Amino acid sequence: MLVYLKIFRYNPEAGRSTPSFDTYNIEAQPTDRVLDLLEHVKGHVDGTLSFRRSCAHGVCGSDAMRINGRNMLACKVLVKDVGNEITVEPILGLPVLKDMIVDMEPFFDSYKAVMPYLVNDEVPADGKERLQSPEQRERFDDTTKCIMCAACTTSCPVYWADDQYVGPAAIVNAHRFIFDSRDQAGGERLKILSDHGGVFRCRTAFNCTEACPREIHVTQAIAEVKQAITG
Amino acid sequence: MVQHHQHEVVIVGAGGAGLMAALYASRSADTAVLSKLYPTRSHTGAAQGGIGAALGNLEEDHADWHTFDTVKGSDYLGDQDAIEYMCTQAVPVVYELEHMGLPFSRNPDGTIAQRRFGGHTNNETKKPVMRSCYAADRTGHMILQTLYQQCIKNKVNFYDEFHVLDLLMRDGVVNGVVAVELATGDLHVFHAKSVVFATGGHGRVWEVTSNAYAYTGDGVAIAMRRGLPAQDLEFFQFHPTGIFKMGILITEGVRGEGGILVNDQGERFMERYAPTVKDLASRDVVSRSIFLEVKEGRGINGGRYVHLDMRPETVNKYAELDGRTGPDGKPLIVTGEQLLSKVPDIVDFARTYLGVDPIKELMPIQPTAHYAMGGIPTNFHTQVLADAKGAVVPGFFAAGEVACVSVHGANRLGTNSLLDLVVFGKEAGIKAAEYAKGADYKPLDEDPTAFTREQLDRLLAGKGGEKIVTIAEEMKMKMMDDVGVFRTAEGMHSAAEKMRELRSRYLNVSVDDHGRRFNTDLLNAWELGCLLDVALVTAVSAEARPESRGAHAREDFPQRDDANWLKHSLAWLDGDQVKLDYKPVTITKHQPMERVY
Repeated sequence: MLVYLKIFRYNPEAGRSTPSFDTYNIEAQPTDRVLDLLEHVKGHVDGTLSFRRSCAHGVCGSDAMRINGRNMLACKVLVKDVGNEITVEPILGLPVLKDMIVDMEPFFDSYKAVMPYLVNDEVPADGKERLQSPEQRERFDDTTKCIMCAACTTSCPVYWADDQYVGPAAIVNAHRFIFDSRDQAGGERLKILSDHGGVFRCRTAFNCTEACPREIHVTQAIAEVKQAITG
Repeated sequence: MVQHHQHEVVIVGAGGAGLMAALYASRSADTAVLSKLYPTRSHTGAAQGGIGAALGNLEEDHADWHTFDTVKGSDYLGDQDAIEYMCTQAVPVVYELEHMGLPFSRNPDGTIAQRRFGGHTNNETKKPVMRSCYAADRTGHMILQTLYQQCIKNKVNFYDEFHVLDLLMRDGVVNGVVAVELATGDLHVFHAKSVVFATGGHGRVWEVTSNAYAYTGDGVAIAMRRGLPAQDLEFFQFHPTGIFKMGILITEGVRGEGGILVNDQGERFMERYAPTVKDLASRDVVSRSIFLEVKEGRGINGGRYVHLDMRPETVNKYAELDGRTGPDGKPLIVTGEQLLSKVPDIVDFARTYLGVDPIKELMPIQPTAHYAMGGIPTNFHTQVLADAKGAVVPGFFAAGEVACVSVHGANRLGTNSLLDLVVFGKEAGIKAAEYAKGADYKPLDEDPTAFTREQLDRLLAGKGGEKIVTIAEEMKMKMMDDVGVFRTAEGMHSAAEKMRELRSRYLNVSVDDHGRRFNTDLLNAWELGCLLDVALVTAVSAEARPESRGAHAREDFPQRDDANWLKHSLAWLDGDQVKLDYKPVTITKHQPMERVY
């Protein structure tokens, strides 16, 4: 099938300091990934086209983009899922550096701000594993799936407008520890998230949940953190 | 512009091995981690089925059994001192991961869950044993996340999106690396007392692969360009179950949970090839069996693939026939829901990429290029070795897939790659920091970026009109056809010749992007150069080995030849010539035997 592909371009270094679109007509299979189309353009038509990618099957989180207006991983959406007119743009809310490449530093800074690591220095006397029941483990399973692609955070209208807000992905990663029976710093994390840039900025738009390529129930996770704070 | 930095320990790569090394090195030494990807993008995150350790949480198991299975799995090419070290360290290191916060799946009693995996057996009954410690089917993701989280906690110093292009040495001593900062295009010199390479593998040499775009053999190629050898590159693993055409991995855990392979006649063909463990034979054995089924016309509809069947009715039928029981001793009965909870990502991949629901339908699969058993030679303290006599390269360490210790020999067992990462990543961190504490900064050469600039400038100046993608496609096709699951002298010879041709055409590559910021066009071209170097050495090393062992299976030499070829290869690349040497395998307790599953 013939695909009409429209790609956002921005590269001030090469004189393209005003964002614009390039268009390509590409012969594609319905089962091709959108990433395959971008690779085709880069390999055969214009090597200057720039985007991040690595695993190409939806687990590394490199290639979150706006595809026909919605945040997706380019490697996890097939042509047949989006039709033969495809527009690809960078995710919103982070500074665009070149074509689809955005500055990820603010995103990772927010992640680091919520203590995204297990706090517990006590180890069983026999040196073996801490015990955790399957039910305790299940309690936070959903939020362990996060690959930090930023699809959720950059779909959030509050995040676009408010540079103080840590955003959904950071809250998801805090949730993963707050509800882990082994962790001892839940109170500190809740305090961070009850602050100015924390969970109460969320206006429950549900964009994040719709955007998550890992199908994490992001809005629900945020609600659970809110509830843990308000008791 | 060239910027200069100084750190006692510089770690290149931020996957499982690099992060584990970073956690340990940074306890006592000024440490920096350089990675061409954000750490959480590393390919460790794609590992699915589990990490092997004889915890014995569900049934009797012993580190000794794990050791023997690994030796046998390696087709006796693995070094037994290193294997015993890894399998013994497995148990405490898995507990350590749990202590760091790794969210393993759990048994009803709260201990770490374990499942069966190919080649892991009870050494007395010879039946598959539950040794693979797992977190659903995203164990690698959890390891990568957990180690990165601990690095954040411990304030490890990261240089993200810094792509290392050269290793610096003076008088045979390693003293730094050169990297390009992707965001600016600036070159950075990192002056170091010790350098750890944890750069991963090179599956992108082949057409159908489970490997990430980033897996371009940078570490091995950089070391070879500095005159160091590569070990056992002829041994590259094809995982039996990749998604047809795309190569995306379907974990062996699917078969560990009771899934089976069937041919066009609906036959469970592994019963013929591996009567005892059947679908849970070693990966090389299963990949060859699939290849032979296809060759004999029993691929699905005569095509180049077979089916993987994990529908609950199939799993239950064969569990009863095989006499597999649950923890209560009764025949194992699973529901679709339970299978979904064990391998949720696999179900997701099948639905996304195949449009198939594996709880109700069959998955078309074919062998996919998966894992480099070979790499930069090291001893089991992760010190890089310069020759067949075991001379150490001072200041240079390697761990993970880029290294060849060798714990995997001619064929790696599933779950042993994640184990390799954490055990030897930790060792590398400890040893690199120890070394740094006893060493001075060796002075840098006057112009340390000269070799890097020479490589990049040549690519930027190229006007020959050869396209990166054309050369890459020709390389991948040729290597898939002739240095794949089965090999012949003629095929390997023509592959080596083809790689020489492509390397000469590579000199005429031209890139479109001449800018500095995020010049991925230029770096893709540089990576292709690495792949071509690794592919050439792989083809030549393979052609020179006239026997079949593990993943190196020859139609013209179908038998293993211990009398002449129970030895590791070492290859030096000089221009388009490959010089080979060999060194003995370390054998301690297990004399080579015929390998039957």
